[in-house]
Amino acid sequence: MKFSESWLREWVNPSVSREELSHQITMAGLEVDGVEPVAADFSGVIVGEVVECGQHPDADKLRVTKINVGGEELIDIVCGAANCRLGLKVAVAMVGAVLPGDFKIKKAKLRGQPSFGMLCSFGELGVDIESDGIIELPLDAPVGQDVREYLDLNDAVIDVDLTANRADCLGMAGLAREVGVLNRQAVTEPTWEAVSATIADEVSIDVQEPQECGRYLGRVIKNVNVKAETPLWMQEKLRRSGIRSIDPIVDITNYVLVEFGQPMHAFDLAKLDGGIQVRKPNGEEKLTLLDGNEITIPADMLIIADQAKPLALAGVFGGEYSGVTAETTDILLECAFFAPLAILGKARKIGLHTDSSHRFERGVDPELQQKVMDRASRLVLDICGGEAGPVVEVKSDEHLPKPAQILLRRSKLDKTLGHHIEDNDVTEILERLGFTVAVSEGLWNVTTATYRFDMAIEEDLIEEVARIYGYNNIPNIAPVAQLSMSDHKESNINIKRVRSMLVARGFQEAVTYSFVDPKQQELIHPGAEAMILPNPISVEMSAMRLSMFTGLLTAVGYNQSRQQNRVRLFETGLRFVPNEAAESGVSQQPMLAAVIAGNQNDEHWTMESKTVDFFDLKGDLEAVIGLTAADTEFSFRAATHPALHPGQCAEILRDDRVIGIIGTVHPSLEKPFGLNGKTIIFELELDALLHANLPLAQTVSKFPANRRDIAIVVDDAISADDVVKLIRKVGENQLVGINLFDVYRGKGVEEGKKSLAIALLLQDNARTLEEKEIAEMVDVVVSALKDEFNASLRD
Amino acid sequence: MSQLTEIVEQALAAIEGATDLKALDDLRVDYLGKKGQITDMMKMMGKLPPEEKPAFGQAVNQAKQTVQKQLSIRIDGLKAAELEAQLKAESIDVSLPGRRIENGGLHPVTRTIERIEAFFGELGFVVKDGPEIEDDFHNFDALNISEHHPARADHDTFYFNPKVMLRTQTSGVQIRTMEHEKPPLRIISPGRVYRNDYDQTHTPMFHQVEGLLVAENVNFAELKGILHDFLRNFFEEDLQVRFRPSYFPFTEPSAEVDVMGKNGKWLEVLGCGMVHPNVLRSVGIDPEKYSGFAFGMGVERLSMLRYGVNDLRSFFENDLRFLKQFK
Repeated sequence: MKFSESWLREWVNPSVSREELSHQITMAGLEVDGVEPVAADFSGVIVGEVVECGQHPDADKLRVTKINVGGEELIDIVCGAANCRLGLKVAVAMVGAVLPGDFKIKKAKLRGQPSFGMLCSFGELGVDIESDGIIELPLDAPVGQDVREYLDLNDAVIDVDLTANRADCLGMAGLAREVGVLNRQAVTEPTWEAVSATIADEVSIDVQEPQECGRYLGRVIKNVNVKAETPLWMQEKLRRSGIRSIDPIVDITNYVLVEFGQPMHAFDLAKLDGGIQVRKPNGEEKLTLLDGNEITIPADMLIIADQAKPLALAGVFGGEYSGVTAETTDILLECAFFAPLAILGKARKIGLHTDSSHRFERGVDPELQQKVMDRASRLVLDICGGEAGPVVEVKSDEHLPKPAQILLRRSKLDKTLGHHIEDNDVTEILERLGFTVAVSEGLWNVTTATYRFDMAIEEDLIEEVARIYGYNNIPNIAPVAQLSMSDHKESNINIKRVRSMLVARGFQEAVTYSFVDPKQQELIHPGAEAMILPNPISVEMSAMRLSMFTGLLTAVGYNQSRQQNRVRLFETGLRFVPNEAAESGVSQQPMLAAVIAGNQNDEHWTMESKTVDFFDLKGDLEAVIGLTAADTEFSFRAATHPALHPGQCAEILRDDRVIGIIGTVHPSLEKPFGLNGKTIIFELELDALLHANLPLAQTVSKFPANRRDIAIVVDDAISADDVVKLIRKVGENQLVGINLFDVYRGKGVEEGKKSLAIALLLQDNARTLEEKEIAEMVDVVVSALKDEFNASLRD
Repeated sequence: MSQLTEIVEQALAAIEGATDLKALDDLRVDYLGKKGQITDMMKMMGKLPPEEKPAFGQAVNQAKQTVQKQLSIRIDGLKAAELEAQLKAESIDVSLPGRRIENGGLHPVTRTIERIEAFFGELGFVVKDGPEIEDDFHNFDALNISEHHPARADHDTFYFNPKVMLRTQTSGVQIRTMEHEKPPLRIISPGRVYRNDYDQTHTPMFHQVEGLLVAENVNFAELKGILHDFLRNFFEEDLQVRFRPSYFPFTEPSAEVDVMGKNGKWLEVLGCGMVHPNVLRSVGIDPEKYSGFAFGMGVERLSMLRYGVNDLRSFFENDLRFLKQFK
């Protein structure tokens, strides 16, 4: 909320600077977002009157004037503004004045005519008021007065970012009350002459929903002049509160809104058919709002209607038909209390949020309406004239909120704050806040105020006491806690180990958005259903990711188009797969994914420059898997995936359960993702990875190990992994190592077959193996391979 | 005898003149081998009269030793020269770069989260995580944000339907933890959160770390103490910190915490407060017996201040030129 500092100081004027005031307000929990002077720096500009105004002899657009500034002599000024005319009150920059931008006013001659100053526009004074030509001051502006003083331009607009609980500060009255509390200073409310009825006209009021409208006041004022001009002081106060002047009636209702935080509405009496009803819609009713939009009123919304039709959405927005126009002569002023629950959620549901609904949904003081009705009536009569009828009030005491009764215990106060605030201070703070306090031993029995909708429980009072006492006057203390050790499992691999391993292997961690472009995702997971955000930032960010492929491949393309020729990225995070059986209808699984593209190494003087392939990334993945000390539980099985090369793709399995996939990105995806050449990617379930086997130490044999190499020829289709697994299976305890060290195709090996060279490492814990035993064991392996894979030994 | 002297002289001259180990070995055979010249001299001893034998033998032995010694010296010399030559040939330009795998790096968000986890982990806070697609109970209701609470509207929530949404805060993890575990509790929950807002200073996804401590007799002064310590550690600077009253439906009293920036302006870095009794009640914890404090911080904001990142959006562009600055 924006407000004018000097308006606030009319209510309460502590002797603190602007900065100190902002600081105070901020530290009381009303965060000041900005402080803007209402005008730029200037000096030497005073009120003057145009007492002569003639045409310049040599220039069509210039006028030669004589200005009375209250001195002995009139001042000659040449002015180019179209609105310069006789009798006008103007802002005169005298010779020697300094205008914003360090613009000094000097004696001048304009086309031969002397000019001893300048008549100013708002723009020239750095005041944010739109107007054509020079400033036209009110006719009663005192000649000779400094314009800064006259227009109160030393003022500043203070913008406070009010939290949802502080509805009481959505008006000058509340802000002033708060500042008064902080400075232990009394607040002076404005005074006015009460308006009593001079005519008998009134409109009947029928409140059918008293629980939502506990109080409704209506007053007829006839013969108002809606063409009267809103006084400058009111226009300025509204402008400095961020509200544009529209017509005097709207300005007045806005003025009391800002002054007391009480929204009001004015109806054109001529448009009403019979008395006012405060009710819910009857069936499907329509209403055209002040902004011209027609809506069908939701069934649960409270409306203001007459006998024939809806007039307004109660506490939210007026209707166009019954609103005040330039033709209006008689008005009905409405000033009501609508309960927060009558507004909460309902206005927003149909996309409406107004100054009025903002206040009602947070809570308007239910005791304010009579006063504000009188205030507004007085302003209408003063500005627009007219005759006021009696105020008709309908209220339901039982439905009006009562101030909360709260017990504050000394013990709870101390326990919550961890700091003792003296009894007298506590009592004084509560009383300054406008609460009624009955003090007994270790107890404050507090009746809060009708304007504090946020006071309900003891903790609320504790916050009030602490807030006014000052959070920063409460000491900082190290917490005391029970030293209970939490559970630790060595077999759980900390994700940090995985991350550091990948970082050590040259990967950079990425964080991509959890929502991706559904079109891109469709390329990777064709036909797969994803969670779609109904109101995304953009269509490109509307589908929850089914894997990290979309985000990571996009990141690869992004970097490759920025001259990055070696890309290694990984990411951890959730994937979101729709699943009726899961909580919230989606299974949210933590995944690890990594992608590589471009060169194996950065270009180096002694290393060969090579492009990455499948086995580069598989090696990285195997290194990660190695953290589990359970390598043999993992396997890779040829598979297919729509996003991956059909011949370079494998499922990752642990204990025969598929936990992920690795492969070379399908060449057809290179273009849509902007990829430059071969890209390899994997993704796997983190939970399946993060479980390790604990070391179980074996005795190290004292006897020599024997290595026997065999070379076997098998069909190309047979996977190396199957061969190694079989050898492991048939090998006895003495087979302590197997290493596939060469794969060969070509001369000497039949077409469609390959030769695998495998080293067998044989060793016994108790003795040196004999040549015969070794030979037998190799034979067992070879014949098993022969039986299973039709393998032959290569000559 | 003069013959012997002559042989020795010849031998020594030849040894001196030899330029490689092969030549020296040939010389050894030539003089000291089985049929070598000096060996032959020894054979001549048999023909000498007995009284001359000792002197002759001594002389031949002497000659043999002299030659042998010279040979050894020469061999060592040549070997040393050879090694020296080899070493010289093997010398390299040590300033050339080694064969390294260029280190990668953690994302600054992770780096910051890990630091925060370390600080609070030291105090016994356990890391918890939870779902990012959340239900309204855990994201709002249990946090004392009822259906029509104005604070809901401030959250710019991405809804899938009125009951299911992307979480707007990681506070739901507090609720999930308190549903299953009883106090005393010390947890922190880092993670992604989502708000429907995208401009210079907002991204629709960002990261928060929330902390919660629930036990008997937890108080506001302790909350201030722990956060003070945290901020001093995080920035490694004794910077000015202030606690400012604020409002969150799930804490009472509530505060926002500002630190004094290098530009002399206060910067908001944290929100915190004493856990609202309604929140404790919603998970079956007696607020008369237990109390707690909670705090939440924006990870990107803290990273930006710590590492001088100017543009929030750079966290999610995954530009290697940006990421590689975080080693």
